[in-house]
Amino acid sequence: MSSADEACGEGTAKDRMKEEYRKYTFRKVLFMLACIVCLVILFGYSLTLGSHEIDFFTVFTTLWDHITGVSYDIGTPEWTNDFLVWEDRLPREVIAIIAGVGLAIGGAAMQSVVKNPLADPYTTGISSGAVLGVTAALALGITAGSISGNYGIVANAFLFGMIPTVVTILVSRISKTSPATIILAGVAMSYLFNAMSTLILISSEAGKIQEAFLWQIGTLQWTTWDDFPMMFIIVAVGSVVLAFTSKQLNILTMGDESAKSLGLNADNYRLMVLVVLSLMTSAVVSFIGIIGFLGLVSPHIVRMIIGSDNKYVIPAAAIFGALFLLTADLIARTVIEPGELPVGVVMSFIGGPMFLILILKSKKGVW
Amino acid sequence: MIINIEGLEFGYSSVPILKDVTVTMRGPRFISILGPNGVGKSTLIHCINKILSPTVGTVIIDDRNVKDISIKEMAKMVGYVPYSANDTFPLTVVDTVLMGRHPHSHRGTLDSDLDIVYETLDMLGILDLAMRSFNELSAGQHQKVMLARGLAQEPKVLLLDEPTSNLDVRHQLEVAKMLKRLSRVKEILVIMICHDINIAAKYSDEIILLHGGTVFDVGTPKEVITRQNLEVVYGVDAKVIDDEGVPHVILRDSIQEKKQLEAGVTVPETRDTATEAI
Repeated sequence: MSSADEACGEGTAKDRMKEEYRKYTFRKVLFMLACIVCLVILFGYSLTLGSHEIDFFTVFTTLWDHITGVSYDIGTPEWTNDFLVWEDRLPREVIAIIAGVGLAIGGAAMQSVVKNPLADPYTTGISSGAVLGVTAALALGITAGSISGNYGIVANAFLFGMIPTVVTILVSRISKTSPATIILAGVAMSYLFNAMSTLILISSEAGKIQEAFLWQIGTLQWTTWDDFPMMFIIVAVGSVVLAFTSKQLNILTMGDESAKSLGLNADNYRLMVLVVLSLMTSAVVSFIGIIGFLGLVSPHIVRMIIGSDNKYVIPAAAIFGALFLLTADLIARTVIEPGELPVGVVMSFIGGPMFLILILKSKKGVW
Repeated sequence: MIINIEGLEFGYSSVPILKDVTVTMRGPRFISILGPNGVGKSTLIHCINKILSPTVGTVIIDDRNVKDISIKEMAKMVGYVPYSANDTFPLTVVDTVLMGRHPHSHRGTLDSDLDIVYETLDMLGILDLAMRSFNELSAGQHQKVMLARGLAQEPKVLLLDEPTSNLDVRHQLEVAKMLKRLSRVKEILVIMICHDINIAAKYSDEIILLHGGTVFDVGTPKEVITRQNLEVVYGVDAKVIDDEGVPHVILRDSIQEKKQLEAGVTVPETRDTATEAI
């Protein structure tokens, strides 16, 4: 073979590798696009459901008209549609999407940070910590720095959620050998925090107990536009931060020594990620309570389909998480008539068995 | 490039590991660090690339104290191949090697980075693994991919922590030979920690022998791999023969056990007292 041929052969081998890599990337993008399409369809479909059925296309035209500022006379069918879609149904769906995004990204980031596929804000006790914070705020009126209103509740949830976060970091430092230890420590802390929450509740008035109990299970029933701004801002900022540093997240999963030798300050970055995801979880938990398994299962399923590169796992898990929570909420709303189930219960019914299947099916034992 | 280590001391919470290490490493060259378990081989190379900071003493790379070099800058100069890599969340081989480009991320595009990944994989002869998942690979392939990641950093110095452990004899030979070739082709200083004395003696330009937390001997394999040195440092009775100009070690017995047999009584467990007595 002449040297020219060799050079040519090498060129094509290189192109082939790049081509294959691009195809691989394209498949991941395709999966995300498919999830987005499903999300839009499901989102539209959810908005059609309710006491008064509105058909699929009317939903989108109504939304569009509202955004472009079309106004109606009070009492007309268009006005009713607009009111039902915009004021009654939309907040719930939008909050479901934000919560799904926040919890799924939180789970994906948490798993990478502690290098444990079973970690998520729920299994590491962050959710329980946040619940205690909210319970203390609601039932006892204790808030961090005496901030009132929603901000006080979220601040409380964040502060209490940081306790298990810090313990998780310490545990993962001390016992590097066993991934199970982190989860077991999380379970232990969950019990502790749940017990404290219960203690606060049983010593408060009867009316508050039911309200707080229902909220703890996780429900989207009472969501309004008032819940939207704060949850949206925290989850949006957190998601952007984590999505933009996903390369660093990949490096962190290789271990601290590797991370440092590749020029990443592992300790600082890990702390930053944990603060961000605790904040995101706290924001979600403060408004809709605990939704278990979502943060655990969503990244798992996404990884099974598109691999473990966080550059794609983070956005894909976000979309998938939103889709998942929207589906669960749809089931929660429609499975019993009249009335509805708390979405947290539905999620546990789907997520529990799914989690079990994932454990049994995973090729390598994670424990 | 020159690495100048002077009066280096390091200890984990008051337990001293390294004591007064002074050594100069000059590249391009292939250097092996030998010594028994726990002598501080890994600690020494971690002090070079800032994974650890020395308690006392200085490490100077090309006239610059490593204290004044940021870890990002360090990652551009010094590549590191760890003893083992976590593969809980495995990426493809291409993505794994691409991580080596992280310190240079401010310049270059994905396309130019992929060119570098291609060249590295091609040089190491593992192009066929490109799109495979990291956790599906054999130990030897694993090691080569980690080596590729270190090379993708385009470093002037490459540090390797036991790159030949867990490999069968053929892969041990291949990896060591490749490291020697790399030091020539890329003109870099390659420093590896090794437990196989014969592999190190066969391919290294220079051997640093550690004992009791300090440098016991430095020089060419022929100068360092001697019967006396092995007796003191490893506590073994060995025969060193000449194999085409390269020393080759034939291990005979652990000195402690030999003594036990001869004396017919139990000798105190600590190897240090045994070797110091000699």
